[in-house]
Amino acid sequence: MSDHIVKSYDRDLENLGRKIAEMGGLAEKMLAEAMEALSLLNIEVAQRVIATDARLDILQREIEEKAIMTIARRQPLAVDLRECIAAIRISGDIERIGDLAKNIAKRALKIASETRVTRATIGLKSMQEIAGMQLKDSLDAYAQRDIEKARIVWDNDAQLDALEDSVFRDLLTFMMEDPRNISFCTHLLFCSKNLERIGDHTTNIAETIIYLVTGEPMPVERPKGRDSSLDVTNGEAL
Amino acid sequence: MSLAGSTSAELAVKVSVRNLDFYYGGHHALKSVNLPLYAKKVTSFIGPSGCGKSTLLRVLNRMYDLYPGQRAEGEVLLDNENILDPAIDLNALRARVGMVFQKPTPFPMSIYENVAFGVKLYETLPRGELDARVEEALRGAALWDEVKDKLQASGLGLSGGQQQRLCIARSVAVRPDIILFDEPCSALDPISTAKVEELIEELESQYTIAIVTHNMQQAVRVSDYTAFMYLGELIEFGKTDDVFNTPKEKRTLDYITGRFG
Repeated sequence: MSDHIVKSYDRDLENLGRKIAEMGGLAEKMLAEAMEALSLLNIEVAQRVIATDARLDILQREIEEKAIMTIARRQPLAVDLRECIAAIRISGDIERIGDLAKNIAKRALKIASETRVTRATIGLKSMQEIAGMQLKDSLDAYAQRDIEKARIVWDNDAQLDALEDSVFRDLLTFMMEDPRNISFCTHLLFCSKNLERIGDHTTNIAETIIYLVTGEPMPVERPKGRDSSLDVTNGEAL
Repeated sequence: MSLAGSTSAELAVKVSVRNLDFYYGGHHALKSVNLPLYAKKVTSFIGPSGCGKSTLLRVLNRMYDLYPGQRAEGEVLLDNENILDPAIDLNALRARVGMVFQKPTPFPMSIYENVAFGVKLYETLPRGELDARVEEALRGAALWDEVKDKLQASGLGLSGGQQQRLCIARSVAVRPDIILFDEPCSALDPISTAKVEELIEELESQYTIAIVTHNMQQAVRVSDYTAFMYLGELIEFGKTDDVFNTPKEKRTLDYITGRFG
């Protein structure tokens, strides 16, 4: 999309894309490291994740400001307008992903001194792998304006939901086996929720990419895995 | 050419342009143009200079008849009557199809006479009714409050924006069906532009409106339908929201986003 008569307009839009890519890279790293901190209970890594979040927040604000200025200055239409709106939305999603990764890192710090249930983090590791892959694919789809790839990300979210469901059941089992596990496993429950939400943000990004390229919104409902954490409140779990 | 969103059943077609070709002597300025103007809707014409949009507007009230060597072929049906028919009464046609130009064109006479002038050409009204018609037109053009105390002052003494609204009042006074605007705001400051745009929104409830504009944002703001023209051809016609959000033709996209080479 780099062929405007006004060259600085191209540069404005390219800058937005570049900053999104930078945010995406940071968020990917934060997610991987947060999980590393959690499974190894590594305080140093956890603190690094927490520190990185500030940079993500600054980038998001910069993107928002630049997108708003571009709208004010250029009065973009059609795909150019959607570029600006997409940058605002996607940077918001990545910023939230960073927050969720930071929250996992914070929990890693909290449970570092608790009794460990090593088995309990295995399911979470799988969730993080899928969430990380979803994040990577959504960022690639954005960079390449690839709606097919975006659609795959959108469809794949159900996997993460299903996995969260099984992690939930595992963690409940560990807690029932030994009440001393409750504190540790409760933190892990929140972590699995965080990973599931990261997946939701990647599907948001995928939706935004489809809107950006086609101008059409995605359907409101997206494929959802069964959520047995809701069954608990109905007394049907286990 | 793409026709998007133009088949909506409840829309009444006021003007139907069919296979219209136009020539300035040897120059083929419009090439087989087909499009509707929907009743009581605003249709904007956009495109680079020389694309034929003003020419199309000039065909709609047979302005070109004033110039030798210019001719139109095809059909332009206004309420199912072909206005290109040589037998048509041009004065009556121009009373039905008013026009407002890029530069305000007040006559060198009083504000009152500027508005009454057109009415007097077509109708003989008693003084009281004429006064009422002038007031109605000036109110319709959102100018009444500014000029009601100086109706006998010269129209030339008004500001550019007021002069433009005076010209709109002159068009409205003869109670036309259609009002054509040819870049009505390009010589106006932003405040006057906003007033004219506000006026167009108000006029829409009573008139079928066509507007030529180089200002994309203006087309987005004021029109329901947009026609994009290029080199004498109609490239795309559709709902304004569609044309400016998801145009079907690459040439339209390139033009509206400033990518035209």
